[in-house]
Amino acid sequence: MNRQEALFHYALQMGDNALIIGQRLSEWCGHGPVLEQDIAITNIALDQVGQARSWLQYAAELEGKGRSEDDLAYLRPEFEYRNVLLVEQPNTDWAYTIVRQFLFDVFNFYLHAELQHSTDSGIASIAEKSLKEITYHLRFSSEWVIRLGDGTAVSHRKMQQALDDLWMFTGELVEMNELETGLASSGIVPDLEKIKPLFEARVAKILEEATLIKPESPYMQKGGKQGLHSEYMGFILAEMQSLQRQHPGLKW
Amino acid sequence: MSKDWPLWEVFIRSKNGLSHKHAGSLHAADAEMAIENARDVYTRRNEGVSIWVVESSHITASNPEEAESLFDPAKDKVYRHPTFYDLPDEVTHI
Repeated sequence: MNRQEALFHYALQMGDNALIIGQRLSEWCGHGPVLEQDIAITNIALDQVGQARSWLQYAAELEGKGRSEDDLAYLRPEFEYRNVLLVEQPNTDWAYTIVRQFLFDVFNFYLHAELQHSTDSGIASIAEKSLKEITYHLRFSSEWVIRLGDGTAVSHRKMQQALDDLWMFTGELVEMNELETGLASSGIVPDLEKIKPLFEARVAKILEEATLIKPESPYMQKGGKQGLHSEYMGFILAEMQSLQRQHPGLKW
Repeated sequence: MSKDWPLWEVFIRSKNGLSHKHAGSLHAADAEMAIENARDVYTRRNEGVSIWVVESSHITASNPEEAESLFDPAKDKVYRHPTFYDLPDEVTHI
């Protein structure tokens, strides 16, 4: 794989993370627990879809085969998606949604903080722009983790449950795949070994404030970055792609 | 849920140098959440650079029934407007 191809695959991986969590969050539209949070969570969904656009536009440009951002977002089969398993997990309830968002935001925040210094100017500029949004997402999700973790007995129980269930998807976030190892050697992406302690420390700090207990399960589920997805992915794509599949090339 | 949350009044400064203006109200559990909700509800189209929130219950309002005695007396005091001064032609922007 040459540099251009590696960059293409990395832009896809980043775009897919943003796209799939954006799609998941957009499912809350009109269903938020209160009006204000409905607006807040769909606002974050829009940010994520916007970031997905930046990455997928860049990917399309790098590929240079005439595919557009829409082709990449809506017309790939499941195994070509490279998003981590965490982002495709279902919303379930507000607790799951917040815990999923928090774990993803912490990782995303430290990743983008490094990516803005990438030796690839395309990646650096996308990361710099996205980081402002991600900084707010992290503030939002951290506060909700603390609010509900250290809230009532019921909210605490729901948050701990969500954390226990989602924890096994965090290993993949900070584990390098072959692509990332290659790109890290030329300073295009950071070494995830450096992100890992930052991720763990921030998560531990917020969980402590939230009176939640970090799960000790040693087993980590992975595969998303290799295109091996959970049973939920097909359903997400079915809904997300149906319009483009039925009406190819349809535009707003 | 939100019926237990107090109502907050939101004031937005649209740009530096201008004063905060009342933008509307929303529900939030505390001041921090009120600021964040206000950010999402009232500034998502680039409307502001600063937000104030205050719990609605902390606002004391004039009584509408007293409006006549409070405000009507000012109606026939046109001399309180500085419109009776002769301005030199050189003075603009007033």
